[in-house]
Amino acid sequence: MRLLSRKATCNSHGQDSSYFLGWQEYEKRPYDAVRNPTGIIQMGLAENQLSFDLLESWLAANPDAASFRRDGESIFRELALFQDYHGLPAFKKTLAEFMSEIRGNKVSFDPTNLVLTAGATSANETLIFCLAEAGEAFLLPTPYYPGFDRDLKWRTGAEIVPIECHSSNGFKITQAALDDAYESARKRNLRVKGVLITNPSNPLGTTMTKEELNLLLNFVNAKDIHLISDEIYSGTVFKAPGFISVMEVLHDKKLENTDVWNRVHIVYSLSKDLGLPGFRVGAIYSNNDTVVAAATKMSSFGLVSSQTQYLLSALLSDKNFTKNYIKENQKRLRRGHEMLVNGLRNVGIECLQSNAGLFCWVDMRHLMRSNTFEGEMEIWKKILYDVGLNISAGGSCHCSEPGWFRVCFANITEDTLNLSMQRLKNFVISLNSSSSQSHHQRMNNSRRRSLTKWVLRLSFNDRAPEER
Amino acid sequence: MESKTSERKQLLSKIATGNGHGEDSPYFDGWKAYDKDPFHPTNNPYGVIQMGLAENQLCFDLIKDWVLNNPKASICTIEGVDEFKEIAIFQDYHGLPEFRQAIANFMGKVRGNKVKFDPDRIVMSGGATGAHEMIAFCLADPGEAFLVPVPYYPGFDRDLRWRTGVQVVPVHCDSSNDFKITRTALEDAYERAKEANIKVKGLLITNPSNPLGTIIDRETLKGLLSFINEKSIHLVCDEIYAATVFSQPGFVSISEVLEEDPECNRGLIHVVYSLSKDMGFPGFRVGIVYSYNDAVVSCARKMSSFGLVSSQTQHLVASMLSDDQFVDKFIAESKKRLAARYKVFTQGLEEVKIGCLNSNAGLFFWMDLRHLLKEPTDAEEMALWRIIIKEVKLNVSPGSSFHCPEPGWFRVCFANMDNETMEIALQRIRSFVVQAKKPKVPAKEKCWHGNLRLSFKASRRLEDAIMAPHSMSPHSPIPQSPL
Repeated sequence: MRLLSRKATCNSHGQDSSYFLGWQEYEKRPYDAVRNPTGIIQMGLAENQLSFDLLESWLAANPDAASFRRDGESIFRELALFQDYHGLPAFKKTLAEFMSEIRGNKVSFDPTNLVLTAGATSANETLIFCLAEAGEAFLLPTPYYPGFDRDLKWRTGAEIVPIECHSSNGFKITQAALDDAYESARKRNLRVKGVLITNPSNPLGTTMTKEELNLLLNFVNAKDIHLISDEIYSGTVFKAPGFISVMEVLHDKKLENTDVWNRVHIVYSLSKDLGLPGFRVGAIYSNNDTVVAAATKMSSFGLVSSQTQYLLSALLSDKNFTKNYIKENQKRLRRGHEMLVNGLRNVGIECLQSNAGLFCWVDMRHLMRSNTFEGEMEIWKKILYDVGLNISAGGSCHCSEPGWFRVCFANITEDTLNLSMQRLKNFVISLNSSSSQSHHQRMNNSRRRSLTKWVLRLSFNDRAPEER
Repeated sequence: MESKTSERKQLLSKIATGNGHGEDSPYFDGWKAYDKDPFHPTNNPYGVIQMGLAENQLCFDLIKDWVLNNPKASICTIEGVDEFKEIAIFQDYHGLPEFRQAIANFMGKVRGNKVKFDPDRIVMSGGATGAHEMIAFCLADPGEAFLVPVPYYPGFDRDLRWRTGVQVVPVHCDSSNDFKITRTALEDAYERAKEANIKVKGLLITNPSNPLGTIIDRETLKGLLSFINEKSIHLVCDEIYAATVFSQPGFVSISEVLEEDPECNRGLIHVVYSLSKDMGFPGFRVGIVYSYNDAVVSCARKMSSFGLVSSQTQHLVASMLSDDQFVDKFIAESKKRLAARYKVFTQGLEEVKIGCLNSNAGLFFWMDLRHLLKEPTDAEEMALWRIIIKEVKLNVSPGSSFHCPEPGWFRVCFANMDNETMEIALQRIRSFVVQAKKPKVPAKEKCWHGNLRLSFKASRRLEDAIMAPHSMSPHSPIPQSPL
């Protein structure tokens, strides 16, 4: 008899993809300016490490929040006992206000419609449990965050059907693509329960236009399905055009209290905007009472630590801090983005024009030997093993066109970013004059790669981190 | 309007619109009654005293002192802020190595150092609630089942079944042998499942038991190992109350018995743990899955992404639990205080001829009120329970909500209140018993029903518990709080 469940023995967790392979290679010889200057630079990790100094100085100025004290009185006991799945009211209030502030206060959020979850990972899975039966499907525009394969499908049994987007129009969502996806699901006998978008997009780094959002709302309305908008990167929009949340469009179109109002749900988290992925703070926002009620009960399986809720409610209630943080953080992101874009441009590599996120969507199609995913993998491996940069291949993001890569810039210092550009430059030059590479060098490289691959296969089941 | 609502409902999953969350049980009515009229020594001295909440509030003074004296354990203090960034970005589902090490050490100490735990087998989860669901996802497919001895913690109905589609098959236990698990009962349950074409994948035990407060003896544990090996099914041991064993006989964990049984297939053994009861930290959501099966560790680790422990909390816990001196003192003192509480209550009840199941662990005792029932039925038990809430003003948990097959048993928690409140609770019980001996007046049941059926929305408007440091422990209709 099969001892473990099917879920335990299949690979729907998605961790066999190259996305995680690169991470593992990085773990083996991570770059360090002093101890390992030739190590691998991590550019596959969408983390925001640019603004910790702002958080640290706030902490220094607010000792009470830190040490379980409120007005000098210890509240440790109350916090330690607080496990109400409705969440700490003060925290939900400030989180709702923060979400509003990020959207320029053009929309307001009601804290009672917020459900706290252990990260956006849990939020997305929980929403699928609420909206779909096993075997039903959600449509997702490609390319998309590889973690969705696990979050949306693994334990829920739901399916993902891609909405294919192409570089020909900057990967925007079109009516034709939506219709094709819906039809494709129908042919596979899959009942479509909704569309899930990430806005701003991971991995593209672009914000959705009003046209796209209108298109989506009309589509979900016509098909009587849900729309989940993962707005985890909403605070990382660093230049024009600004961020338009689906909530804003609903307001503008005066769709409150219509059917579609009850079928739009937002996912949020503090992992990207505040750079606190370790704290596991995610949220679902929905105007649908039944969804809020069900999701709240489900959040029992992954509540946010009361210790963390308390700290963050203090942090986010400081409006001077949040205002300054949002602004300064965006400034630094813009700078990092510019450095990366210019650095790449200097070696003849272009990026998709973007205005958000912690990464760029980089076009390396011209560097491929063949316009295939094998060609893409070849480049990816060279960049990982020879150049020493871990970047994310578009194929692992389900991109329909080979040759695109997601390169992160917000988790490394400017010096490291410069170094990575230098290494890339050397790589591109060497590619252009590849015939001058000696036979000896080729042999060494391929031997090193095989050994590494062999070692990788052994250790690969062992580690894979959380990340987006 | 109605058709629109149902139409709208069809757009949601069955899981979302059904009642698999288990919160429609009358069990939660007592909770609601408490919420409406909570006891407070000065503001509401005639309010309902919460005795349906299995929380350990007896040793916070020790923890508070430790926290004050160890500012580095917080990443936000001047002493600890250097580590803020590292911790804040740490989202590796393996968990902080020092956290796993500290938990492994703690688990060993709690078992008198008779067994050692391997930090690499420690997997995080969203509390024990998350741990149970995760284990069910790893071990069973929808439609398959776990055997669970009754009476059991009501939250298991949700944790094992709700989103997983797994079933629960009860294993009969009753007072004829102090609710011990017998081989006959196990075989019987297994057969019943087989007849119903349900594949049994495992047996789940809680040791020490909730709601009984008893520990499973070594012989029985060995018997369980032999049963599961024979049937080739898993054994999941929820040892969440391991450090609450306050008197002899001492706690024997499944890990200890496993070491003495080289024939046992270790790949079938899994332990669920948490800091919510032993340390009194339910708010921090520190759940653990410890499995002797490598494939389960690997799978559970990936699944733990859905409920990792906040790194801020991991850091605090790692610091606290690696302070050997503190831990030793805490475990010893906690047992002492639990024992003292237990003694006061059980002696007080004995004086009015109310018996309890003989127990030596947990944060509650299993009270025998069978002699107060007009008839041995669930309906009578519920009627008595409503009287206890309305007239005695105590929220206790009726045995039927734990699927107890014998009506008349009630779980009474004693570790979630201060000494003064405890005295008042005892006094109320004494008065009630004396009263109950007088000729009975029929209870106005209809009126009861109305009062108790409050909606959950009312509790959502409750104030932040932090604002009232003297209030009773945070209240909510969530399943895990009272349990």
